[in-house]
Amino acid sequence: MATPVLRWCCLGRRCVFAGIGGGSRRGRGVPTGSTSSEKRGQSSVAQQPLITAQKPRKGEREWAAVVGLEIHAQIASNSKLFSGSQVDFAAPPNSLVSFFDASLPGTLPVLNRRCVEAAVMTGLALDCHINRRSLFDRKHYFYADLPAGYQITQQRLPIAVNGRLAYSICVGKRRSQMVTRTAGVKQIQLEQDSGKSLHDSLRSQTLIDLNRAGVGLLEVVLEPDMSCGEEAAAAVRELQLILQALGTSQANMAEGQLRVDANISVHHPGEPLGIRTEVKNLNSARFLAKAIDCEIQRQISELENGGKILNETRSFDYKLGCTVPMRDKEGKQDYRFMPEPNLPPLLLYDSRSLPIGTDPQQVIDIDRIRERLPELPRVTREKLVQQYGMLPEHSFALLNEVGLLEFFQNVIKETRAEPKKVTSWVLNTLLGFLKQQNLAVSESPVTPSALAELLDLLDRKAISSSAAKQVFEELWRSKGKTPAQMVAEKKLELMQDAEALEQLCRSTLEAHPQVVTDVKKGNPRAINKLIGLVRRATLGRADPTAIKEVLERQLSS
Amino acid sequence: MWVRAVWLGLRASAGGRRGFSSKADPQGSRRVTAELIEHLERLALVDFGSQEAVARLEKAIAFADRLRAVDTDGVEPMESVLEDRCLYLRSDNVVEGNCAEELLQNSHRVVEEYFVAPPGMCCPKWLNRLSHSKLRMQ
Repeated sequence: MATPVLRWCCLGRRCVFAGIGGGSRRGRGVPTGSTSSEKRGQSSVAQQPLITAQKPRKGEREWAAVVGLEIHAQIASNSKLFSGSQVDFAAPPNSLVSFFDASLPGTLPVLNRRCVEAAVMTGLALDCHINRRSLFDRKHYFYADLPAGYQITQQRLPIAVNGRLAYSICVGKRRSQMVTRTAGVKQIQLEQDSGKSLHDSLRSQTLIDLNRAGVGLLEVVLEPDMSCGEEAAAAVRELQLILQALGTSQANMAEGQLRVDANISVHHPGEPLGIRTEVKNLNSARFLAKAIDCEIQRQISELENGGKILNETRSFDYKLGCTVPMRDKEGKQDYRFMPEPNLPPLLLYDSRSLPIGTDPQQVIDIDRIRERLPELPRVTREKLVQQYGMLPEHSFALLNEVGLLEFFQNVIKETRAEPKKVTSWVLNTLLGFLKQQNLAVSESPVTPSALAELLDLLDRKAISSSAAKQVFEELWRSKGKTPAQMVAEKKLELMQDAEALEQLCRSTLEAHPQVVTDVKKGNPRAINKLIGLVRRATLGRADPTAIKEVLERQLSS
Repeated sequence: MWVRAVWLGLRASAGGRRGFSSKADPQGSRRVTAELIEHLERLALVDFGSQEAVARLEKAIAFADRLRAVDTDGVEPMESVLEDRCLYLRSDNVVEGNCAEELLQNSHRVVEEYFVAPPGMCCPKWLNRLSHSKLRMQ
């Protein structure tokens, strides 16, 4: 897969892109080979790698990119948005389809209460204004997986508008500092999903499965406040965590529950915005940032070669590693929006406007929903930082892995060790082992109780930290034994006999007079050699700090 | 294209038809051009197969144009006759589905339990006729 070299960085407040600047065009001595005149007009994606320059070279103009996102999240509900057929990922084809979903004449849409609640919860979590009155519309286009010939959506007046999504990215030279960015949420709307089309290449035909047709979707439109692939990916990740915390969507990209379309354009800072393209089919978390950066790169190359950007729809080709135009779009689509005649306006209430004497099942109270909102990831992270004194990056890492936070909290409950120690062991040791063998937290051979017990031994100074690591490895490999049993078996306990340690230190000093002289001369590294010798003599059962203390005492006397 | 022929015919003949069209014109209604017919045919998959169909369309537009005679300044548009009705909210229970066999009976072609999409996903064969007609006119 061709991976274009990224010649930009997310500096400070926005991403700055260095132009390619062909030698031939600007009369510079160094031939780059990648922008010769033959390539004019071609949108060359596979550039020959240039020497990466963080700052734009002198004489070249900066580029800035603008990225907006349209995210479709499948609502986690039992039944569909407008019909009572089941929502399920894997089921025999066309078995979860009602007469309405198949668009048979005489059927009417009936709105699912759970979907409305999901939309309101998501809107509140993203600080949106919830429209007390919202409307449904029909968006017309012909495609075999859209049996009605139109999709019911909310184009004129969506359920929620004007919100904010806060996300964090790593900046700095060593990417160690976390900063918060915000993307505006333009609107959230309820709409229907379409069916699935499968291509039967054997018989050159397309097969349609309508199980997904009519499933409720939340479309979250993010303002073009992002400036590169990394920011977009971070925003999507945070939205995913929020939706999962709320329970409104499982937001699993691999299962198609979260789909992202990006609107991308480039311009020179200070100048008006450029023509934008829409990139569809960004359905993998891994490739999201890459695909967006790839399209940004393509647009820059195109413009620098004197070409123009077309306001078109493109698709990300995973195999080629770049975006390609989508074939079936000739001219602008005319969706002929019209109000959905079968659905009256959707009215929502709050505690003040709640009508008395009505069936509570038929009425949605925004204030009640707000009261019952689950804890958002941002709040969970803040609590972790405050309660356990961990760095923000650690709180992000704990929430980023499914089940890791729960594991951490279970260990904390059972151990007397310091939270910082627990954090370090969970994020470095446990996570390291899991990643190495590509396991989920739920598949960890080491249980929270086992780790808690191990950390207790360490805390009591019954074993050294290197011994603890050994025990952890053993626990990982073989089940059935507790840490205490392993320590006893392998005789890993720390030496508790102070007298024996003193004896060993003294004998080591006597055996290595040259090293002793080095220490007395002031060589700082010599003492480490002595410590190492004593450690070996104790078969690793003495704590290095204790050894050092004894040696220093003996040397100074 | 034969639609162009209709317009050429209209311009040539004087009288009723022409007068009919020009009455609509000062009120700002769009001319029914060949491009518009082609655009509508693609969008709505409706076949304007004959001169009468276009004539009917023109009449419909003229009829609707009479709305412009009404002054609607400051009046909120009514989008739905249901605006006073309550939108019924259904509980999130599974009560339908599991009728694949019945639904598949409606389909012309079926493979295992899938519907077979028409070729071109949506484009009926007669839509290609347009480009052929254009060639013939030249």
